Amino acid sequence: MLETCNLCGACVPVCPEDALSIEEVKRTKEIDPSEWCGVWVAAEQRHGKIQSSTYELLGAARGVAEKLEVQVTALLLGSDVENPESLLAAGADEVFYIKDENLAHFGLEPYTKIIADLILERKPEIVLGAATFIGRSLLPRIAVRVHAGLTADCTGLDVDTEKRLLLQTRPAFGGNIMATIICPQHRPQMATVRPKVMKPLDEPYDSNGTVTEVSVDSLSNRVKFLEFVADDTSQINIAEADIIVTGGRGLQDPKNFALIEELAGLLGSAVGASRAAVDAGWINYSHQVGQTGRTVSPKLYIAVGVSGAIQHLVGMQSSDFIIAVNKDPNAPIFKVADVGIVGDLFEVVPKLIEEIKRRKET
Amino acid sequence: MRFIVCIKQVPDTTEVRVNPETNTLIREGVPATVNPFDLYAVEEALILKEQAGGEVIAISMGPPQAEEALREVISMGVDKAILISDRKFAGSDSWATSLTLAAAIRKIGEFDIIFTGKQAADGDTAQVGPGIAEFLDIPQATFVRKVDELNPDQQTIRLQSMWEEGSERLELPLPCLITTVKELNEPRLPSLRGKLTAKKAEIPLWSFDELAVEEKHVGLAGSPTQVIKVFPPPPRAEGELFADADPDEAARIIADKLTEKGLL
Ligand SMILES: Cc1cc2nc3c(=O)[nH]c(=O)nc-3n(C[C@H](O)[C@H](O)[C@H](O)COP(=O)(O)OP(=O)(O)OC[C@H]3O[C@@H](n4cnc5c(N)ncnc54)[C@H](O)[C@@H]3O)c2cc1C
Ligand SMILES: Nc1ncnc2c1ncn2[C@@H]1O[C@H](COP(=O)(O)O)[C@@H](O)[C@H]1O
Repeated sequence: MLETCNLCGACVPVCPEDALSIEEVKRTKEIDPSEWCGVWVAAEQRHGKIQSSTYELLGAARGVAEKLEVQVTALLLGSDVENPESLLAAGADEVFYIKDENLAHFGLEPYTKIIADLILERKPEIVLGAATFIGRSLLPRIAVRVHAGLTADCTGLDVDTEKRLLLQTRPAFGGNIMATIICPQHRPQMATVRPKVMKPLDEPYDSNGTVTEVSVDSLSNRVKFLEFVADDTSQINIAEADIIVTGGRGLQDPKNFALIEELAGLLGSAVGASRAAVDAGWINYSHQVGQTGRTVSPKLYIAVGVSGAIQHLVGMQSSDFIIAVNKDPNAPIFKVADVGIVGDLFEVVPKLIEEIKRRKET
Repeated sequence: MRFIVCIKQVPDTTEVRVNPETNTLIREGVPATVNPFDLYAVEEALILKEQAGGEVIAISMGPPQAEEALREVISMGVDKAILISDRKFAGSDSWATSLTLAAAIRKIGEFDIIFTGKQAADGDTAQVGPGIAEFLDIPQATFVRKVDELNPDQQTIRLQSMWEEGSERLELPLPCLITTVKELNEPRLPSLRGKLTAKKAEIPLWSFDELAVEEKHVGLAGSPTQVIKVFPPPPRAEGELFADADPDEAARIIADKLTEKGLL
């Protein structure tokens, strides 16, 4: 056991006998938590559109803020963002809109500086961001700058109201374990939250607040943004999709991927792929689901001709509902499937497409 | 030019489980490997070194056995490796790990590009790369899928950073930090000569005393985050398997489910 210990420390707090210790741990209290108050959400806009993950975060933030009896503040950085007021209805008590034409497109350095400065000035006790490419680039830098703990890619948030601690639950080890994490001695308590896991509010929030525009002076940025190249094969991004139809090596040929695309088109869903399909060059890497691709949690995941190797499963097994079509009854994908169809995809999928078309017409 | 690659030895996470009775990790018998994403980082550093000349240094913070991981990347062609190891570093979260690795990099001295993997397969945080960049106050490009051009004369690099719905093309001044995804390249296999070199290579060990860090900022004590509980993920409900449905039936079964879920 000692041989394989990498001293991660995870065993220490969970030992029922208190028998494990790595060393005497004296954590220094760096701040006075009582000076820090309120829940902040770092809103995310792309090309002027507020992302759905932001509304989910606001839904989660309301739950947390109500338990702590504090306000929710949304921070929005951009220049011509559509409908910033929607953040109020989605759960914010106030919105700070940091508006500057140089902030239209995400820039890591100015975004870090603006948000970190605001945090140090106004002292929120909790800051949440989405676990998107932007969120996972930006929040780690902010956390280091303000000397705060940051929990990545959370799938559960709760509150210890007595100690005013955010209980942050997240998968680790490729989803094989779940861990609950706290940050007792530092503020703010920061987390990125996996898209699609939290729910936006059902009813519009009756906010008394307003959108306050804030201007900033000199924004330096050492990184030069050249251009944004849209991925022409992905109309719908897999991390934010409600439905994903995924094709694997069982499709045998790149042209057969059209079957997956047709099915996805009918369902208004995103297209996913196993690594085998990506490595064969049938579709590009941004569609890959799994350990070396993306982790997704859609409402519905349809796996077609995917064996369900463990490296694939870790990227999709937290989906709400899973349907699998595979001709091998022993394929591991059936271990996680809610509905498993043993059959030839070249027979089943065309029939399914017909059936869906028929039902849509009637 | 000098390229520094941060690599981590991780257990093969697909085999790690939680003991449901004690809620502790079962790691016995689980083999350790170089974090898969870090191999793309190593490969890219080697490619750029082949283009621009210079050296590739790999560093890893971990227990003594992390030396194996360093030998593995030396066998791929890495020139030098340094192990950062001390019981005082045990239990570091991403904040404390970034701080310690940044201190090690400062001790190495001048560098042009630091590479890290997108994320480590055990913690899955993807926070150490950006954390190092922030501690060193250098620009960073995250989730890099392609390097378009390294320009040593102008001291710049052009690359593509992956986003959900496309990529950003960016130009960064050197020195900078890059985190890598799988699409970037195809990591080479160790050569026979590389394996021999790796066997003989001297890997210096830097402990707490050799780094300019404070005890209160490293290891468990210096980690703002604290794990208070680990537990197995909730089991999935037993599914239904239709083994002999003909294609028409199969299509109906699926379509019924879609209708039931309000998706049609
Ligand atoms: C370090 C590492 C990281 C990895 N990361 C990932 C990752 O991120 N994502 C990922 O997906 N994989 C990953 N892999 C690879 C993974 O181990 C598998 O090799 C891969 O997922 C297999 O893809 P597949 O299911 O499409 O292909 P296969 O395993 O070849 O499965 C094809 C399936 O299609 C079925 N089939 C064939 N023909 C038909 C038909 N006519 N009708 C119905 N079914 C049919 C077969 O029964 C089979 O089950 C990783 C591997 C390693 C070592
Ligand atoms: N202990 C470590 N030693 C060296 N590099 C590390 C260590 N931990 C993380 N890294 C690097 O940081 C990347 C991201 O790790 P993480 O933030 O833990 O997901 C990894 O792919 C490594 O390149």
